[in-house]
Amino acid sequence: MSNSHLTNLSLKQFGDLLQSKKISSVELTQMFLHRIQQYNPSINAYIALDEGKTLAQAKAADARIAAGNAAPLTGIPIAQKDIFCAKGWQTTCGSKMLANFIAPYDAHVITLFDAAGAVNLGKTNMDEFAMGSSNETSYFGGVKNPWSFDRVPGGSSGGSAAAVAARLCAAATGTDTGGSIRQPASLCGFTGLKPTYGVVSRFGMIAFASSLDQAGPMAKSAEDCALMMNVMAGFDERDSTSLNREKEDYSSALHQPLRGLRIGLPKEFFAEGLDADVGKVIENAIAEYKKLGAEIIEISLPNTGLSIPVYYVLAPAEASSNLSRYDGVRYGHRAAEYTDLMDMYCKSRAEGFGAEVKRRILIGTYVLSAGYYDAYYLKAQQIRRLIAQDFVEAFKQCDVIMGPAAPSTAFKAGEKVDDPVAMYLQDIYTISTNLAGLPGMSVPAGFSQSVDGKTLPVGLQIIGNYFDEARMLNVAHQYQQVTDWHTQAPNLNMPEGIT
Amino acid sequence: MEWEVVIGLETHTQLQTNTKIFSGASVRYGAEPNTQACEVSLALPGVLPVLNKQAVHCAIKFGLAINAEIAPRSVFARKNYFYPDLPKGYQISQFELPVVGKGAVSIQVPAQGKLAAYEKVVNITRAHLEEDAGKSVHGAVEGMSGIDLNRAGTPLLEIVTEPDMRSAAEAVAYAKKLHELVQWIGICDGNMQEGSFRCDVNVSVRPKGSEALGTRREIKNLNSFKFMTQAIEYETRWQIETLEDGGKIQQATVLFNPDTGETRAMRSKEEANDYRYFPDPDLLPLIITEADKARISAAMPELPEAMKARLEVQYGLSSYDANALTTSRDLADYFVATVNAGAGPKQVANWVMGSISAKLNTEDKNINASPISAQQLAQLLKRIADGTISNNAAKQVFEAMWCAEGDVDSIIVAKGLKQESDSVAIEAIIDEVLAANAAMVEEFKAGKEKAFNALVGQAMKASKGKANPAQVNDILKKKLTA
Repeated sequence: MSNSHLTNLSLKQFGDLLQSKKISSVELTQMFLHRIQQYNPSINAYIALDEGKTLAQAKAADARIAAGNAAPLTGIPIAQKDIFCAKGWQTTCGSKMLANFIAPYDAHVITLFDAAGAVNLGKTNMDEFAMGSSNETSYFGGVKNPWSFDRVPGGSSGGSAAAVAARLCAAATGTDTGGSIRQPASLCGFTGLKPTYGVVSRFGMIAFASSLDQAGPMAKSAEDCALMMNVMAGFDERDSTSLNREKEDYSSALHQPLRGLRIGLPKEFFAEGLDADVGKVIENAIAEYKKLGAEIIEISLPNTGLSIPVYYVLAPAEASSNLSRYDGVRYGHRAAEYTDLMDMYCKSRAEGFGAEVKRRILIGTYVLSAGYYDAYYLKAQQIRRLIAQDFVEAFKQCDVIMGPAAPSTAFKAGEKVDDPVAMYLQDIYTISTNLAGLPGMSVPAGFSQSVDGKTLPVGLQIIGNYFDEARMLNVAHQYQQVTDWHTQAPNLNMPEGIT
Repeated sequence: MEWEVVIGLETHTQLQTNTKIFSGASVRYGAEPNTQACEVSLALPGVLPVLNKQAVHCAIKFGLAINAEIAPRSVFARKNYFYPDLPKGYQISQFELPVVGKGAVSIQVPAQGKLAAYEKVVNITRAHLEEDAGKSVHGAVEGMSGIDLNRAGTPLLEIVTEPDMRSAAEAVAYAKKLHELVQWIGICDGNMQEGSFRCDVNVSVRPKGSEALGTRREIKNLNSFKFMTQAIEYETRWQIETLEDGGKIQQATVLFNPDTGETRAMRSKEEANDYRYFPDPDLLPLIITEADKARISAAMPELPEAMKARLEVQYGLSSYDANALTTSRDLADYFVATVNAGAGPKQVANWVMGSISAKLNTEDKNINASPISAQQLAQLLKRIADGTISNNAAKQVFEAMWCAEGDVDSIIVAKGLKQESDSVAIEAIIDEVLAANAAMVEEFKAGKEKAFNALVGQAMKASKGKANPAQVNDILKKKLTA
């Protein structure tokens, strides 16, 4: 069995190979580590690798398999977004501010993967403090889109996205505050799910915007995402916003037929601003769903156009406060020289944060200031409720909502870095679900017309009602039974012009 | 011009919980720096707050005790500012929707000079839950400032009054009453030295009769009643003098210096922070149901007001005595236990407020640390009542008991303090005294009442103080008038 074939396997197939002892976790892990060694220098998907720790986990997984008490993900190498604290691991959140920070404790998500026997392959690159849609704000450099190295992988979970697409891991975790799982999933051609707010614990996940942040799986298929969700989801008393619900088996509903499924298409998602190329792919995907017996209903989300301005008030407001702890006093970057306390604060933060983070701290501080709070923060909160109400109305007419995950395919590196508003528009179709707290996913649905001799992946977004992740995974899985977009991987053996 | 001072208090009471308000770290006082600082106290990246239910329980108890509105839904907010001992760069507090709303505290303002004691009601504006900050430690390491985060996250209830007080005496009476109350209901240990109970006092002055409030200055962190009196008196004088000299009061935060007895501005309002309060997205709104309130209400101890009324009715105590005995729950419990052990209520009240309190004050002890238990005190009082010892002898027994020299009866025997109540023996002594003091007897018979007392004194002396004075009186009277 060749390595390139092996890396394309599903999590279920990896699990079967491991448990039937056709391959050991150490062998599988080494194979991925070898691939990372080969491709990561050009792709830059990983910020931190620690072969010693990783292989120790693989050995422990082999022992567990040998002892006969393996769980579905035992021994499988998973990449962790560098937003999760993992004990003993460098945990940077893509920032110079935390470049020297070794986490002394585990995030709940890390604890759950450890308990499942999964192997932590490394910490993946990301936009600084998850603020960005191209991974270009990372202090550790941009990440190449494995489909076209001159293009961005999307963001903020760009490292995890590139790692999944380039088969530099079996699956990865991501976090999504405004689209940071779904937009990169769309741009890199794989399946990513942002669960309902509160389904996955935020404990130990470095906060960007607390009321919007949610972790989720990034993997090849809906079936893989379901297995990942079975590990990640669940109540955690250390997160007050974690929902105390019964544990769900996300794999159980995958095989339900879709006959009679009511799919809502919000007219606002197919208006100006959507690339024709992307629109065509989405149309084809909808046609496929019709063949599967789904019913298509046009719906409206009248306030969705306000979601970007609302988001860019609320998320920076929360971020400006969340990032106050990075003051150079207890950990993280501290300026080498300073005259007094104020000077230490100013220099440490000026040096430690990048431009996008500073921009959002400034916006957030402004909208919370005396005299502006009511006009910005409070007004934005009111509109947030209207946006959520739009979805409540919509779900009276349909079971799931579909549309594009991103307005375009992957854009060129550097293309939008000087135009923050153009960058912010990347999340135009994803942000409203974060504001409403709803689950959303992106599923590979096809490719754009060839540009420069290359075609680029396009993701179909599926938005579900609260706690409808299992149904969404079923909807995606059935599509993946009749299409093969999700099985396609970029050809890394022919990189052009990279060293 | 005659001036009136207007005072409002903000009191930070440290709640008696086992752990911090948003984490499981211990709140024990005096530990080695940063040994009680968990991930949450240190504000490491990724940590989240989880509300301590015990702290909420304390807040509800306080709300019930002052008959306040308890919010069915209150909200935690972030107060944002940078300071080295504030690890998150914000303090979690409550802003627009506090857990406890309007309530009231009745106070007794003691007599001062010609002014008699009087009662007054101080209105409470609100009380809200919040976390304490850590401490900056200067000088521990040469040339550097240290940060100790043991205290960071300690639960506080900040209790805010209306500007209802009109003198330092009223402010201190309120502060003392509040201090008693929070200990009474068991939500705060009241230890002012350790900072468990500290007051910020807002002071302004205005021409007497004026309705408008003057500009206030806030005296921060007063941790003794003595300092509070001094600080308010100084601040009031300073404000009046400033205004009379044609000056203006600038709104400011001031510190009291106990060494100089003066207040000094630390920052003016212009330099004040914009705290950018907003609801903390990491915490859900705090919901308190009627059932929660009912459950806590059922477990509440009898409140001082109710107990005071009961002591008056049940034990026939004066309002003054009942009030004094209900200044602390321990004192009140001690009183009741002594009465229940068989002593007369009035006597118990006198002894507890007299000898016992005097001893406790000199030795700076709480009633719980009294070496004489309620049962022992009751035994002593019984021995007075049954005539075994005189009141004077009882004082000696009390001293011996305080020094743990044994139980009441053994001390009476050891010190030979048993009263002579045998009338035959007393008669014999009196006969001797009469025989030896014929002149005094003549004086008495000539109408000099004083001579009678002198004869009693002689008889007591002859009995070496042991004769029962009541019997001496009776027998002597009989013999002289026979």
